Amino acid sequence: MSAAHAFLQRLGERFSDEPTWVTARRQAGAARFEALGFPTKRDEAWKYTDVRRIAEGEFALTDDAELSASRFEALSMPLDAYRLVFVDGVFSTALSDVEALPEGISIEPLTTAMRTNHEAIGGAIGRLAGVDFSPFTALNVALSEEGAVVRIGQGVVVDKPIYVVFASRANEAPRMSHPRVLVMAGARSQATVIEHYAGETGAANFTNVVSEVMLERGAIVDHYKLQEASSEDLHVASIHVEQACDSRFTSFNLNLGGALVRTDLVTDLNAQGAEANYNGLFFVQGRQHVDNHTLVNHNAPQTFSNENYKGILNDRARGVFNGKVIVKRDSQQIEAYQNNANLLLSDRAEIDTKPELEIYADDVKCSHGTTTGQLDEEAVFALRTRGIDEQMARGLLTLAFAGEVMDQVRLPAIAERVERAVAGKLPERFNLADLVEVSDALQEA
Amino acid sequence: MASQEMEQLVRREYTQGFVTDIESDTVPPGLDEDTIAFISNKKGEPEWMLEWRLDAYHQWLKMKEPSWAHLDYPPIDYQAISYYSAPKKPEDRPQSLDEVDPKLLETYEKLGIPLHERAALAGVAVDAVFDSVSVTTTFKEKLAEAGVIFCSISEAIRDYPELVRQYLGSVVPKGDNYFAALNSAVFTDGSFVYVPEGVECPMELSTYFRINAANTGQFERTLIVCDKQAQVSYLEGCTAPQRDENQLHAAVVELVALEDAYIKYSTVQNWYPGDEDGKGGIYNFVTKRGDCRGDRSKISWTQVETGSAITWKYPSCVLRGKDSVGEFYSVAVTNGRQQADTGTKMIHVGEGTRSTIVSKGIAAGNSDQAYRGLVKVGPRAKGARNFTQCDSLLIGDRCGAHTFPYQEIGNSSATVEHEATTSKIGEDQLFYCQARGISEEDAVNMIVNGFCKDVFQELPMEFAVEAEALLNVTLEGAVG
Repeated sequence: MSAAHAFLQRLGERFSDEPTWVTARRQAGAARFEALGFPTKRDEAWKYTDVRRIAEGEFALTDDAELSASRFEALSMPLDAYRLVFVDGVFSTALSDVEALPEGISIEPLTTAMRTNHEAIGGAIGRLAGVDFSPFTALNVALSEEGAVVRIGQGVVVDKPIYVVFASRANEAPRMSHPRVLVMAGARSQATVIEHYAGETGAANFTNVVSEVMLERGAIVDHYKLQEASSEDLHVASIHVEQACDSRFTSFNLNLGGALVRTDLVTDLNAQGAEANYNGLFFVQGRQHVDNHTLVNHNAPQTFSNENYKGILNDRARGVFNGKVIVKRDSQQIEAYQNNANLLLSDRAEIDTKPELEIYADDVKCSHGTTTGQLDEEAVFALRTRGIDEQMARGLLTLAFAGEVMDQVRLPAIAERVERAVAGKLPERFNLADLVEVSDALQEA
Repeated sequence: MASQEMEQLVRREYTQGFVTDIESDTVPPGLDEDTIAFISNKKGEPEWMLEWRLDAYHQWLKMKEPSWAHLDYPPIDYQAISYYSAPKKPEDRPQSLDEVDPKLLETYEKLGIPLHERAALAGVAVDAVFDSVSVTTTFKEKLAEAGVIFCSISEAIRDYPELVRQYLGSVVPKGDNYFAALNSAVFTDGSFVYVPEGVECPMELSTYFRINAANTGQFERTLIVCDKQAQVSYLEGCTAPQRDENQLHAAVVELVALEDAYIKYSTVQNWYPGDEDGKGGIYNFVTKRGDCRGDRSKISWTQVETGSAITWKYPSCVLRGKDSVGEFYSVAVTNGRQQADTGTKMIHVGEGTRSTIVSKGIAAGNSDQAYRGLVKVGPRAKGARNFTQCDSLLIGDRCGAHTFPYQEIGNSSATVEHEATTSKIGEDQLFYCQARGISEEDAVNMIVNGFCKDVFQELPMEFAVEAEALLNVTLEGAVG
């Protein structure tokens, strides 16, 4: 029996009395997944990422969402936000907080949304991410149960961030979940959506999430994906974005945790004036493996994209970056910029990077650059002449390297959390406060 | 801009397309063990060579034609190709230019390469390959004096079997890839160069490859070995007669540089690109690889690619020796319906290895081109350094330019940089030139030549002149 087939065994017994079209969709996903099988290194998109740990694993689907408030607090951020919480993929009413929503905003778990209006939601789900995108999206279609559905009406500016937490527990046996995230931002609306993947130490679950974000004319969406799962967790995500004219989408893809993390981020710029900004940071150590595949499709003239991904790798960690920009025929007056910089802290760490451009129009300004190297020894020296010891100097410079991405973060709580984590992950395990103190002293001097 | 006028200019005829009528000694189309035995026998090869070829053939049978390149062409029928073609009277080879078939000399005249004059004036020894057999070799004595061996690969297999056996396939193994395996099985000619220890080759070596008899593919095999502290500069240039049927070309070039050796390999490629519908052009699937085997050795590839309907070519360097250096300078120009997928691989194995990649792509008309490159830094390559610059210039809104740079870095002391830009010729630059009385045509040529300057200055003098002229012809009127 193939690995793919084993994953689909749960299908029949688990899902009954669903609307027939939902059943049909599951079956289509299952058929596609079985036909594709798990990707191997022979697939160009998976050349550097080995998913055997997922394919050969045994993961059970989850029924309960038990997680005490104190344990949840330890994992999540204390944000003033509208909050949806999923525990191993199951919605937790107790931990969520979506009461008192202002008018024009709807934030609900997928099951509720489907119960109340399965036609409206079901039609939107899967519109951007069909079963053909990858074997994992097909698997998600076959097995997805729960997720977050966010709908923002025309012209509504959401006053607080929308905070979606996926908590992974340290279960006796590994679990899996296949969540969906759907964000529909109406014309001229504005919102910030955070997908936070957090886990207890020792959690070794498999999360396979598919997100779809649709921006109508003039909508502005900030999207954060913060990955802080345990060093055993397996995570595959794809985020699909569709943008109408004059809309602006900004992504922050911040990867700190997980044993194997793969994220695909795809944006279709479909009309004039649409703008996509991709910011990424990954800091991996031990035997962590992080793989970011990004794609921007410039489908219309006068669209803009800018991408900046930074990676720090230590120990035997491995990083993969594949950024692609496609400018379609007749998509003139495009600007597309892409940058990827990596810092290798260990000789056993490895980075595989491939920034791609595919351009079919001539009136374009496109560039990409990538660098991999070490800290600037002259900068280290300059700091040492100011009485800072070498370890501290290296810490400061590494933090500054990450800072270029973190400066763009508009939520201070997230910026601080990530910076603190970066400082703590440095070989010398700095305390952020110490570093900040030294940095301030330098600026005063 | 009168676009019709421009279109007329774009539709220039291929000026170097003509056919010389020389009877060929050709085998019927098709490929099997008998064909290979025929070739081997015809070349008077020893037994081991035939076995080598057959082994390659068996590997090839098990392989699949690669499809990953950004290329689109009808499937190739390998049984419809004739794998051997030689000018008449191969045993009775001419000893000097006077003995060469006058028709062949005429061909050179038409190409603007008066062989004797050119060779004498430029001090270049020419090993002219007309179809598959070397017809004439000049300056042999002068080279022999210096101890340099420069002959056709067939001669080398006969006269220097030990050298050939030692190095052939040591850089590009028989089963390296589909086209290399095919070449290993059926190669009919090409050049062999051996520069002994401490010798600086007294002149630039040059081979003009020609494709002539209809339906024959060209399967050249070139092997250049530079012993310790030796140096050589090798020039390869190509033109071809106009054809209706696609012609397959699958060459293999192997370079070996031992300690402190330096090999400079320059190519100007101007094969028939096909008519305006893309019909009839050359399919060019080439495997070129250099092995910096010795410490402090250096291999430099420079190429100007303006011809062929399909180009699939990635001249590469394996930087094995400590502190060895690899370079790749490339200008690729595509127009009409040409497609090019080209680039390089720099494999850093040894400590302190350095590589530079400068690639300039110019796409016009309905053409498509891709830069595809790999920079790999292994765990032992401490302090390895790479700089890559690849820029694309788009002329017209029906063409495409793509960049696929792979970087695999497994060493924290390595520094690897990649920069790429894609743009069109600046309106302001054109305006500036035109405001000073320079015609648009000339202005475009100036700007494009400036764009390619970094590569052209790496070419040997006479090649640089030729390359600039070639570029101007290729892009004639491509601006609108």
